[in-house]
Amino acid sequence: MNGWTSLDRFLRTDPRDVGCAEAIAMLHVYVDLVATGAPVQERYPGIAAHLRACGPCGEDFEGLLATVEGTGQS
Amino acid sequence: MLVRAARREIARRGPHQQITGPELEDLAYQAARDALLAIVQKIGQFRSESRFTTWAYKFVVFEVSAKIGRHFWRNPARSPDAEDWDRLPDRFGFDPARESEWRDLLGAVRRAVETELTPRQREVFVAIVLNDVPLDALVVKLGSNRNAIYKTMFDARRELRAALGANGYLNDEKSRRS
Repeated sequence: MNGWTSLDRFLRTDPRDVGCAEAIAMLHVYVDLVATGAPVQERYPGIAAHLRACGPCGEDFEGLLATVEGTGQS
Repeated sequence: MLVRAARREIARRGPHQQITGPELEDLAYQAARDALLAIVQKIGQFRSESRFTTWAYKFVVFEVSAKIGRHFWRNPARSPDAEDWDRLPDRFGFDPARESEWRDLLGAVRRAVETELTPRQREVFVAIVLNDVPLDALVVKLGSNRNAIYKTMFDARRELRAALGANGYLNDEKSRRS
């Protein structure tokens, strides 16, 4: 990725982005759906948009999904 | 169970955070303890929309995030307020050999940060973009919360994009250039 593309992506905002509070509130529901292979990005596009853009919430999503899968829940 | 989950989550993030050994164990126990307190306090809010364990593990992950955010300030690489604009090209991967192509753009970014952003937006932009302060660490530093800092940065990104667009930068043709 070149610098123009990287800067362009960084500055691009998605109007569907629900923000951290709503994403965090629904994260356990979202992760369970991902773990079961449900079409979660279509069901929760605003959360999906947020998790793509927000590093810390994306990290929490990855961590919770890894925990669920690591404990054999899924 | 919570300690094991916390330990695993810190280890998953560990290579990047450089938290290992006794420090990892200490953080894991602290995160598990605080997660348990949160679970007990909020158990009445559980609505069976997910498995209970997924809901409970969420608090472990959140506590790990918060503790790693605080851990950052034990040995920060630089002051969150320092404004080293020379770091901007590297931050976005601009090729130094092609400086003539991007010098104007990054000059415009700097001008937009200085003229279009509010003092709070500018403070958050400088900390996160120029100084690589993780968002959760900045939350601790500013006594704020993740949602507020993210929203501040979200608005700053939108303002900067609009300003750059109005001045002819960041159009699709330029973005595609290698």
